[in-house]
Amino acid sequence: MQETEAVLNARREMEICNACRYCEGFCAVFPAVELRRDFSAGDLSYLANLCHGCRGCYYACQYAPPHEWGINVPRTLAEVRAESYVEYAWPPALAKAFDRNGVVVSLVAALSISLILLIAMAIASPGQFFAARGMQADSFYAVIPLWAMQVVGVGTFGFSLFALWKGAMNFWADAGAKQSITLTAIAIAVKDAVTLKNLGGGGDGCNDNSEAFSMRRRYLHHAMAGGFMLCFAATCVGFVYHTFLGLPAPYPFISAPVLLGTVGGVLLTIGTVGLFAMKLVEDPMPVVRRLLGGDVAMLVLLALAAITGLFLLAVRATGAMGIALAIHLGFILALFLVLPYSKMVHGVYRSAALLRRAVERDMKPLGGE
Amino acid sequence: MPDRKQTYDVLVAGGGNAALCAAITARQAGASVLLLESAPKAFRGGNSRHTRNLRAMHDAPNAVLTDAYKEDEYWDDLLRVTGGNTNEEMARMTIRASSGVFDWMKDCGVRFQPSLTGTLNLGRTNAFFLGGGKALLNAYYLTAEKLGIDILYDTEVISMNMDDGSVRSVDITYRGFPETVYARCVVASCGGFQANLEWMREFWGDAVDNFVIRGTPYNRGRVLKNLLDQGVAAIGDPTQCHAVALDARAPKFDGGITTRLDSVPYSVVVNKHGDRFYDEGEDVWPKRYAIWGRLIAQQPDQIAYSICDSKAFPLFMPSVYPAIKADSVGELALKMKLDPAKVIATVDAYNAAVVPGQSFDNLKLDGNRTEGLTPNKTNWARTVDKGPFYGYPLRPGITFTYLSVKVNDKAQVLMENGQPSGNLFASGEIMSGNILGKGYLAGFGMTIGTVFGRIAGAEAARHARN
Repeated sequence: MQETEAVLNARREMEICNACRYCEGFCAVFPAVELRRDFSAGDLSYLANLCHGCRGCYYACQYAPPHEWGINVPRTLAEVRAESYVEYAWPPALAKAFDRNGVVVSLVAALSISLILLIAMAIASPGQFFAARGMQADSFYAVIPLWAMQVVGVGTFGFSLFALWKGAMNFWADAGAKQSITLTAIAIAVKDAVTLKNLGGGGDGCNDNSEAFSMRRRYLHHAMAGGFMLCFAATCVGFVYHTFLGLPAPYPFISAPVLLGTVGGVLLTIGTVGLFAMKLVEDPMPVVRRLLGGDVAMLVLLALAAITGLFLLAVRATGAMGIALAIHLGFILALFLVLPYSKMVHGVYRSAALLRRAVERDMKPLGGE
Repeated sequence: MPDRKQTYDVLVAGGGNAALCAAITARQAGASVLLLESAPKAFRGGNSRHTRNLRAMHDAPNAVLTDAYKEDEYWDDLLRVTGGNTNEEMARMTIRASSGVFDWMKDCGVRFQPSLTGTLNLGRTNAFFLGGGKALLNAYYLTAEKLGIDILYDTEVISMNMDDGSVRSVDITYRGFPETVYARCVVASCGGFQANLEWMREFWGDAVDNFVIRGTPYNRGRVLKNLLDQGVAAIGDPTQCHAVALDARAPKFDGGITTRLDSVPYSVVVNKHGDRFYDEGEDVWPKRYAIWGRLIAQQPDQIAYSICDSKAFPLFMPSVYPAIKADSVGELALKMKLDPAKVIATVDAYNAAVVPGQSFDNLKLDGNRTEGLTPNKTNWARTVDKGPFYGYPLRPGITFTYLSVKVNDKAQVLMENGQPSGNLFASGEIMSGNILGKGYLAGFGMTIGTVFGRIAGAEAARHARN
């Protein structure tokens, strides 16, 4: 991690937090602070990615603005977190995508949809493209051939997974634990990541836009992440049905792929729309306005991927299937492409930070007791 | 916007813990309540904003406190720190009441940390607020708003106009503009006068220029003075206060907890002449931190220097300012603008007087002491010889003053003739001197504020209805 303005400010704030420690019951960040007296840039990157942005510490802080020390941990760590995404991005040349990320994500989405539409129309004649096929087997592939879906999908998603892995390795080299990783630590980290324990704020949840606590954000994130995973599972089951069981799409409504996808799509829509709505009314103080574009773009992209998927389900037997499929696949392609260069990377780095916290869980706080 | 023309049942002056406890209790008893906080909303809550815990009696372990802390032990602790300068009946009543506040606090949304290590070995005696005092205040303010208590920020009480032992009207400035408001009963919960340096100067002289005020700059003692000028009985020595050792680089006001230094028990502490002046290891720090402010206030230029070596450095909480660091004691003295020869001589004499042989244990009185020094260090005395060496400049940090209005056990303010006021009650720091004559017990201020706040609120509501 570079010694930037944001890193210097984070160090100043963490040193004040370390002398106070009132917030140690809120989340994993403060107990992690108490283990050290000196904060390297890598340590600050670790703490920044460990922070889930619940804002409990901001509203509880006796030194929050307008106090002369102006402590605003959620905002300060969000600044460092954003810089860490640039720092660890692979290949480094694509790290620029994090500047004006909202524009990048939106452009990639628009271009992906256009591209898929153009390809589909180039391959299929207008008659084929707008034909109503009912539940005829392989109907989707008449519009976009299976091989094209597989090549593009596996190619882009595979590249993105590799880029995320490289990013995770960069994070770990700079901000990871020095001790070895145990299975227990992995189990703890997975549990903390899946349950979003650190959005629990010590029991009653996080602060949305005032001193009051609520579980709203945690539950909406569960809906979003759970929905995303169910949709992914639907795709995998579909792949197994087609490749190994010889059952081609489309599948009846009461079937594993469609039920998984439908429930997933609905949850994903609820989660993303809910989180978007919360952004409209949030307190601007503990957040970084500059990052809002990228966050919102990602929420909208996920929401539209889900909504177009549900729409495709609704119209799949009609003549609108072709265009609905092309648009839906356009959003999915965009999602695959921007995966390592968007808000989505937070899942990787935050999980890695939780792993370091789990590895260091038995270390004793310095000073005090 | 509250209708400020109406006559409220209860008016509460102040916006900290004691004020909120009084206001909420009065409202829960059915009274209409107006609360006046002189600070703007962002700085609401007086000194409570900087607190962290409350000392509570308990006969058995509970969710937030370990073991047991019974009435007699609590009373003994208080007796020791105050040197008997307290009121046993009122103190014991407060101690007993402290065991029964948790359910009410939780109902008001206050959350506690599970009983844990915390700091200063206080897990047995003190219940820690999750997120600290500001989080506690946030919960109380949310509750107050929900209950329909009218709250005005930026609103200072200028005068409680008393006639025949009762408050008839209250002059305020609301966002800078003078107004008069009316209430059947009034609760004064607006703190001591430590942020009023001119008033402090009357008792301390120019030493106040070297004092640091740890908490809110809004506790200027306006109501306290106004009441004492109108025949309310005073109690307490005006020079007595809760004063701790702070990093001398702290801001003049509002530095809160992070400027305190816990280094003293593991250090050699000298004054500006390089002389030691008190036993640094007299007792565990939670029982001694509150005498060091006064000790330093009595040294020339109200300054002292804590010096330790790298053995001791990891043992205490870091202050917000970096330690002054040097490879030798002489160099450290120079960096702190002290006479190096004198400091080296003091440290050498101390090192020579350390009695070797005992095992070091920073969690209890370990008996590691010096012999033949004046004063000796009686615990945790180890040679200061393993570089690098670390130093901190120390100033007296004033938390709150003890000069108070006199009250009875119903929180009624007493007049100079001994009669209770007809409608004036008090809670919190403004009446702490009734129990704290001198010295301090960690978390006891919040105990007094909570217990008397609730009594004052209940009594005021009852009187207003009659």
